[in-house]
Amino acid sequence: MYDTLVIGGQEVASRLFLGTGKFASNSMIPELVNVSGARVVTVAIRRVDPDYPEENVANYIPAGCIQMPNTSGARNAREAVRIAKLGRAAGCGNWVKIEVIADNRYLLPDNYETIKATEELAADGFVVLPYISPDLMAARKLEEVGAAAVMPLGAPIGTNRGLKTKELIKILIEEISLPVIVDAGIGRPSQAAEAMEMGAAAVLVNTAIATAKDPLAMARAFGQAVEAGRTAFLANPGEVFEYARASSPLTGFLRNE
Amino acid sequence: MSFYEEYKKFSSDGFLSFFNELEDKDIRCVLSKSRLSNLDYLALLSPRAEKYLEEMAQKAHRLTLQHFGRTIQLFTPLYLSNYCVNSCVYCGFQVHNKLVRKKLSPDEVNAEAQIIAGTGLKHILILTGESRKHSPVTYIKDCTSVLKKYFTSIAIEVYPLSEQEYADLVRIGVDSLTMYQEAYNEQVYLAMHPAGPKRDYQFRLDAPERACRAGIRSVNLGALLGLHDWRTEAFFTGLHADYLQNNYPDVEVSISPPRMRPHLGGFTPPVAVSDKNLVQYILAFRLFMPRGGITVSTRENPQLREDLIKLGVTKMSAGSCTAVGGRTEPAESTGQFDISDERDVAAMTGVIYSHGYQPVFKDWQTI
Repeated sequence: MYDTLVIGGQEVASRLFLGTGKFASNSMIPELVNVSGARVVTVAIRRVDPDYPEENVANYIPAGCIQMPNTSGARNAREAVRIAKLGRAAGCGNWVKIEVIADNRYLLPDNYETIKATEELAADGFVVLPYISPDLMAARKLEEVGAAAVMPLGAPIGTNRGLKTKELIKILIEEISLPVIVDAGIGRPSQAAEAMEMGAAAVLVNTAIATAKDPLAMARAFGQAVEAGRTAFLANPGEVFEYARASSPLTGFLRNE
Repeated sequence: MSFYEEYKKFSSDGFLSFFNELEDKDIRCVLSKSRLSNLDYLALLSPRAEKYLEEMAQKAHRLTLQHFGRTIQLFTPLYLSNYCVNSCVYCGFQVHNKLVRKKLSPDEVNAEAQIIAGTGLKHILILTGESRKHSPVTYIKDCTSVLKKYFTSIAIEVYPLSEQEYADLVRIGVDSLTMYQEAYNEQVYLAMHPAGPKRDYQFRLDAPERACRAGIRSVNLGALLGLHDWRTEAFFTGLHADYLQNNYPDVEVSISPPRMRPHLGGFTPPVAVSDKNLVQYILAFRLFMPRGGITVSTRENPQLREDLIKLGVTKMSAGSCTAVGGRTEPAESTGQFDISDERDVAAMTGVIYSHGYQPVFKDWQTI
């Protein structure tokens, strides 16, 4: 069985995307990529510093990975577009994760401004992956204006609370033809596996790995969980029943007369 | 709107009776909450909460990791001018002090900027004394234009401006504001500022809000610890930060807890603020505003700064110099106050890494 994820015309070898904003050192990134198998790595354009290679996060992303800059810090569509273009000018490529956040308490995305930024950047040739609150109408609009995927949150950024928005994400998976990548909130490999079993195309993880006591072991666990979850989804899990179904029926002795 | 209305809701007499009525179970109850009210925050600043510092520290550490990761943003101050028209009793730059007054020319700003940029830092905080004559807004604009060539984020710590002046500065590339109220207690404030425009308590108090309305990206607030009872000053600083975050949710709000340092003039602070007090303040604020920034400057000693890394701090200054032109001409000018941690950026970088944290040199770019 050949199972492949294609975004913006590009095949992506792993369904675990890695965020990089919270690690103790950028130098950890290559090994984290290696043990997790991740092939899409996000970087905040606000942290990219081409003038200072030693501390420039972009320089730590291994060859062979797709670099996905994000527009962290943007408070509206205009700023997101500007940041995305700055990133492209700085050599960060044409993939961009749109983050438009104007709420510093919960860091919830502004779907309306995100749609506006997506439309403009998609028209400008970017491969746009918008981070959103899981709302079907917003997702449909994003599909219409040229998003390459949608990235609904499982729970607020950094909370490690898991798939609190599960029912809404399920609806997106069923209704949207774009890849649905669960971003934010996933705190345990089991939650990543659950998202993948539901049919998510991929998951993006940063805090759960960065705040683990052993980030490398946790990165490895997430890589395995995403793979297991995807395999389970493809295996088409059996039906769920309310009552027990014995494999050795108690009434098997009854015959049709 | 004005934070002054919030400030007036509390009388200082009420703090003492509030603190006296607190029991251990009240503190434990606050520690079990995920969202703290104003009075919950005040409870954590109380003498009663002192025996819960370790529990507060554990929670503060977890919250900081969750929201900021293992990162510490670095910046450095650049003093542009020490001309001042105020008589603040605690400040080395005050008008009556005899010191060499100096203002950097654009070329001198450029020279200082080159030295700082050579360390890799991309965030800079520019400061002036309060003299609209010697350092008018046009001067701050000129300096900003020079600094934009070297830095991606420019913060100002200058006298309070009008909303229009803040908007003008935002337009040319200033993205952050630091404004210390010095003393939130109005009577103490007036006593500490006997003459000069800084005596206008409310104009200063409302300055951060004017900057928020003008589109500034981030504001940093603080009371100068040592001028008045630290618990109430810490409370009002947190309340002010919370007020701004509620009304301007897109602004990044942070606080600084600066303690008085020796300086020319020899003012003795009326209130002693111990390391333990400082830690309690930082922890209580982190629990009150889990996503609020906390800045610790080189006023604090090296060991304490290192110890604070895991307690909620998100920003630190490094390679500081409080004298105008002090980086290019170290012997020429007197500093605003004596710094305590004299380590340069390279040394601080090593220290932060050694504690398992990443120093962040660039975390914003003016757009």
